[in-house]
Amino acid sequence: MNPVTTVSRRAFMVGSGAGSLGISFGLASAWATLDAAHAQGLGGAASGNAFSPNGWVHFGTDGSVTLLSPAAEMGQGTMTAMPMLLAEELDLDWKQVKVVQAPAHSKIFGNPRFGGGMVTGASRTVAGYYDPIRLAGLQARLVMVQAAADMLKVPAAELRTEKSTVIHSASGRKLSYAQIAKVAQAPAELPKVDKAMLKPMSQFKIIGTDIARVDVASKSNGTAKYGIDQRMPGMLWASVLRAPLHREKLESVDDAAARALPGVKNVVRLPYGVAVVADSFHTARQGRDLLKAQWSTTSKARSHNSAAVLAEYVSRSQNLSDAGVEFAKHGDTPAQLAGATKTFSATYTSEMVSHICLEPMNCTAKVEGDQIEVWAPSQSPSFIIGALSGAAGFKPENIKINITLLGGGFGRRVEPDYALDAALVAKAMPGTPIQVIWTREDDITHDKFRPLTSQHLVAGVDAQGKLVGLLHRVVSEGIYARVAPPAFKASGGKDQPVMEGVEISYGVPGHLVQFMIEERGVDAGFWRAVGPGYTKFAIETLIDEVARGVGRDPLGYRLEMLGQHPRAQAVLNQVAQMAGWGRSMPAGRALGLAFSDAWSSMIGMVAEVSIKDGKPVVHQVWAAVDPGHAVQPKNIEVQVEGSVIFGLSAALHEKITLKNGEPQETNLNSYRVLRANETPLVNVKVMPTDNHPGGMGEVGLPPIAPAVANAVAALTGKRLRSLPFTSV
Amino acid sequence: MTQLTVNNQKVSLDTPADTPLLWAIREKLNLTGTKFGCGIAQCGACTVHLDGAPVRSCSVPVSAVSGRKITTIEGLMKTRTGKALEAAWNQVQTPQCGYCQSGQLMAAADLLNKAKKTLSREDILSAMSGHICRCGTYNQIAQAVALAQKTLKGGQA
Repeated sequence: MNPVTTVSRRAFMVGSGAGSLGISFGLASAWATLDAAHAQGLGGAASGNAFSPNGWVHFGTDGSVTLLSPAAEMGQGTMTAMPMLLAEELDLDWKQVKVVQAPAHSKIFGNPRFGGGMVTGASRTVAGYYDPIRLAGLQARLVMVQAAADMLKVPAAELRTEKSTVIHSASGRKLSYAQIAKVAQAPAELPKVDKAMLKPMSQFKIIGTDIARVDVASKSNGTAKYGIDQRMPGMLWASVLRAPLHREKLESVDDAAARALPGVKNVVRLPYGVAVVADSFHTARQGRDLLKAQWSTTSKARSHNSAAVLAEYVSRSQNLSDAGVEFAKHGDTPAQLAGATKTFSATYTSEMVSHICLEPMNCTAKVEGDQIEVWAPSQSPSFIIGALSGAAGFKPENIKINITLLGGGFGRRVEPDYALDAALVAKAMPGTPIQVIWTREDDITHDKFRPLTSQHLVAGVDAQGKLVGLLHRVVSEGIYARVAPPAFKASGGKDQPVMEGVEISYGVPGHLVQFMIEERGVDAGFWRAVGPGYTKFAIETLIDEVARGVGRDPLGYRLEMLGQHPRAQAVLNQVAQMAGWGRSMPAGRALGLAFSDAWSSMIGMVAEVSIKDGKPVVHQVWAAVDPGHAVQPKNIEVQVEGSVIFGLSAALHEKITLKNGEPQETNLNSYRVLRANETPLVNVKVMPTDNHPGGMGEVGLPPIAPAVANAVAALTGKRLRSLPFTSV
Repeated sequence: MTQLTVNNQKVSLDTPADTPLLWAIREKLNLTGTKFGCGIAQCGACTVHLDGAPVRSCSVPVSAVSGRKITTIEGLMKTRTGKALEAAWNQVQTPQCGYCQSGQLMAAADLLNKAKKTLSREDILSAMSGHICRCGTYNQIAQAVALAQKTLKGGQA
């Protein structure tokens, strides 16, 4: 009997006894769908006598414990954070823990904050799984305790757990989880658990500690395997020619020259392109360059020229008679603005930017009969299942997805387009594993860009300088409108990711947010931080301008408006102290401040800036962040730092220019990103509080651009209102 | 057929002569530690050492390396410098997504091998600015390189 069968059979035996729990902890399907590679990596899987209290945890008889991690690891540390949550409630000895990527089985491993789908993004992983995974850990612990009680013939209530051991204090007897796993039988019904039974923050032993990330060792010596590193016997490579702009179809292709190239094995027509399949990627790419393709000319994007479209967006955002969709409303903003002593208005723009995941989009697929298996560096198995069951015609139950490590995600890898490439080519060549790799030029040209936006804001203050009204108008292409049209329609045309960040903690009597959607034929997508990357830029620079305009210090002005939000005040006070806010600065240097409350995490940020050749140089950044419960404090520090650098890169350099719909920057020689020699020192203070964790993977991004722009204003009196920054 | 030495082993490559070294390494030799990032020598992910000096393997054809010595990340990790870097990378918990790190490690090894003085943060960041890290681990890389230099000097590793 091979190990896979053993695991599956065992899983079914245990699973068949599992009752319904309110939360789906059944494990049968999860273990049954584990592929061979996973199963071989499981401690004790081959012994035939290991134990799985529920779908998330697997005890080997050798003392190892395998924990399933449901989210995609793209550098944010989730493959450590999720198992830490399990281990905390299960009282595991972390040294015994092995982590395995969970199979694509959303009934067990779905994120409740994505409607139960398996999606990693939008800073919802820790936030969404925080309760369900801890409950799963608690439940598994209760199973182990009951099994120990049966073995020791004592009441379960007399037992406690510590470091993978059940202890009977009265008699001093102990049983390790491994000992229990050898003889434990699955209970007829899994124990009931609820949130009130979870450990309070004061009892955390694992959450809040800096455990070495499980993915770091292999990433420190070149052995980590990403999607592009998948290798299979007989595998061929494919390169896909697409139109030079979005949303065109293939009309015809002359592939004679490509087919004649030695090493080319096949040419496969796709609805939107042509794939050349060869015995090496280089040959596939050479063959693809020999194709003569005709494209449709119907894409709306053909009339998209960045400067002209942006000018139209600016006009629309400034045209107050065009009310668009009312996205948020608090109080009577028009009345507040009409009665204001003074108003401030400004228009902010952001250019399209590209993700540049350093691992270009790629996917490997193999089709046998009506079954397909894919190996994808993807943020969303659920989206891949959607694409493959729709456009590629596979039944969902016949799709098996393996999520590999991701060489960058940043929101790009939520999209399933590259997986569809591999599926369609593999379908045309049953039995042959196919690896599709996008070139960097493909990757940028067919990126789903952060949308071009124009925002017009009007702020009104009373005689005391207090902010009484804020009108915030956003013009943008939709994102939900493209990826989830029914949900977008059901929301009444409110595009949530585009508009994220417009809600504010500041107490303002009148706050009105309007959204004006545009449809210009270019795919807009989720780019790290999405909405708050530009909405907080507009809000935080305008607040700064208003504060200065009424003769107030930007820190004190913000603190006053955050009277109802002590956590927000605390991070601002902390960062002010760290940066020495208010100190006298060396000549040519200034500090700028910004705040963000996006994803329910509070962050205050200060940037120290000088000007060189009309451009800001950022020397140092300070941030104080309150994430609620901090699962991995050191990792939070580097996530904040990383998102600061990502945001700074966009604010200083990044821009996609469309000419008749075609991106003019298609590789890293023309699309500039921040490099090592431009990197500021980043000092992050993590300030945990006893609150449900907020998002952490993006939280440093929204405040960096406004902090820098506000420093530039302090230095020069000039307001930067465009992303990327214009020269001053 | 191109004959060359990769990680101290003689190998023959039967790829077309214009095949970039990167793809020969990854596909024919199955050494997948060397990464594809941009294909035009801008990002540094594909860096290997050619006769001891760093090159962008995406932009070096196989025909140009006939009879020469290549060291990839897999080979580097067997050296004293490589081991010191690996230990430092782990200690600092440097990588995030990790995809650029093979190239960063190759560049760091070259920097350390050539360094005549103790490297400052600025020295390291300046010397390694040909290597893009989209996750923004530049400061951690600088810390780890400095740590590895210290280790090597102290005769540990």
